[in-house]
Amino acid sequence: MLYRENGQFKTTYAADQQIFTIAQDKWFVLGIVAFAFLAVPMLADEYMFRAILIPFLILSLAALGVNLLVGYCGQITLGAGAFMAVGAYAAYNFLIRIDGMPLIGALLLGGLTSAGMGILFGIPSLRVRGLYLAVATLAAQFFCDWAFLRIKWFTNDSSSGSVSVSDLSVFGWVIDSPAEKYLFCLGFIVVFAVIAKNMTRATIGRQWMAIRDMDVAAEVIGIRPMYAKLSAFAVSSFFVGVAGALWGFVHLGSWEPAAFSVDRSFQLLFMVIIGGLGSILGSFVGAAFIVILPIFLNQFLPALGGLLGLHISTAAVSHAELIIFGSLIVFFLIVEPHGLARLWAIAKEKLRLWPFPH
Amino acid sequence: MGFFIETLIGGLMAGMLYSLVALGFVLIFKSSGVFNFAQGAMVLFAALAMARFSEWANAALGGNSLFLANLIAFVGAGATMWLVAWVVERFVLRKLVNQEGATLLMVTLGITYVLEGVGQTIFGSEIYNIDVGMPKEPVMMFENLFEGGILINKEDFIAALIAALLVGLLTLFFQKTPVGRALRAVADDHQAALSIGIPLNRIWVIVWLVAGVVALVAGIIWGSKLGVQFSLATVALRALPVVILGGLTSVPGAIVGGLIIGVGEKLSEVYIGPMVGGGIEIWFAYVLALVVLLFRPQGLFGEKIINRV
Repeated sequence: MLYRENGQFKTTYAADQQIFTIAQDKWFVLGIVAFAFLAVPMLADEYMFRAILIPFLILSLAALGVNLLVGYCGQITLGAGAFMAVGAYAAYNFLIRIDGMPLIGALLLGGLTSAGMGILFGIPSLRVRGLYLAVATLAAQFFCDWAFLRIKWFTNDSSSGSVSVSDLSVFGWVIDSPAEKYLFCLGFIVVFAVIAKNMTRATIGRQWMAIRDMDVAAEVIGIRPMYAKLSAFAVSSFFVGVAGALWGFVHLGSWEPAAFSVDRSFQLLFMVIIGGLGSILGSFVGAAFIVILPIFLNQFLPALGGLLGLHISTAAVSHAELIIFGSLIVFFLIVEPHGLARLWAIAKEKLRLWPFPH
Repeated sequence: MGFFIETLIGGLMAGMLYSLVALGFVLIFKSSGVFNFAQGAMVLFAALAMARFSEWANAALGGNSLFLANLIAFVGAGATMWLVAWVVERFVLRKLVNQEGATLLMVTLGITYVLEGVGQTIFGSEIYNIDVGMPKEPVMMFENLFEGGILINKEDFIAALIAALLVGLLTLFFQKTPVGRALRAVADDHQAALSIGIPLNRIWVIVWLVAGVVALVAGIIWGSKLGVQFSLATVALRALPVVILGGLTSVPGAIVGGLIIGVGEKLSEVYIGPMVGGGIEIWFAYVLALVVLLFRPQGLFGEKIINRV
């Protein structure tokens, strides 16, 4: 009833090609963004910001980057954590080695460095495909883990590769309270999500999708595989690198290479696959799922145990968390292999017709 | 020269152990197209089961016969792996037939978490020992050939022998038994195998069971060397370059790849490592595999990947 596009006529091509062709969609998304900018900073408390909202925003940015590569261009990567690390450490070096480097400049330069690394480690994708490529990208992961631990120049000669950043400020706006950090990340996320959405609708995104669906066929119709694949690696690594820099600068403050280990790479891939491959919304849903579920289990299991009169030790809770987390992943992949975003799309289709069956 | 050969032999023996883990990957990938990331967790799970069953059996027998306790534990752990194989097939694989490779990969990562959680809940999360009576002391060999001779770890040597024996047995099983023939048929073509009456579901259980037994043997060897602990699960990450180097679909590839990676790792660590600060073992293996893939995208022995429009 509410969700119906009857009577929404398009009189220009521009109107027909806008991102949200259905007015309800547009208002819904704008409403969510407005809510996130205006209402959330007033409603949420410090714990919410630190433990849930900021990690969620930054990891959705990273998941967005991974989704561009895995979901849109079809190149499976297990090395996303490495590109986060490259972004974080490169941004750190730009910030401390160049006097007067603005924060946003450092973050974006970190992203660019990561994009360069992405192109370098994307070169094998021109010959190696599928699961072989997935394992090959682990080379980037382990090489970066090692490089940031052993090569002291990257970490400004600090021991064990741990570095820290303090006093974040943009044009005189000092970012120190959790709410300000949240707004800073949110600004980044919104801009990057719009860029990503538009990229996937433009020539470059269509080339990626053609390569994903069948690279030989794409080549036959005149798409250059080298350009398309490497651009996907570059753009994806740029997103992931900026996310890594934000993760280090804003969320952690001080970090060491272990913050971007292979587990992080798996986590990012989980987000895009559970959220939905080839879907911008999916990146957000997946990130929310992976960020919130462990926190929820951590709080909920002891409470449940208390309710039943059982005392559960912390070790047992952490094992139970692993079991439940793993089984939920298996469960969701079985019921909806195309990700949670597909459920949302199905729901929208149903809503358009409701209350009629056809 | 003696030192070089010593490193070489050490690498070969380490490589044999990598091959064991890689073999589990290859068996499952060949027969069901699933890239089984849970192989490392299976090694951990099997080793935990073995260690604890052996402890319990030993206590029940009053500590009289270590051999009998280990035998009971081996059978028990094997049965546990059969249960794992059955559960995975019945509740996971059967529902995901014909899904994309990436989805299946993620599912096995989910299985990894479950196995790690269940294993540590049932069997505990401390460090356990597996004592199968492996000799620990090193021996000197070829003292008359080289100055100072070559130091070989007896335990490594026996482990490599066991691994070689297992590979031989598996080859016999695949080539000479009816079940092995059915397994190879399934690996070649699922539909054709179904059409001549090979029960796909049962074959998958068998394959996961075989992979589980391979994981058990790998777990016993690694476990008696390093102790059974959580870090055993990361052994999968060490074996991945072996799998892609040798080819995802090739059993001989897993063996040869393992030997190449083992030797490459050891030699690079000893000869290149000191120049760049050490610790290069793990990424060197991946880079080595990557370089080979650039020339042969399907690995050394993998089936040629043909792209058709």
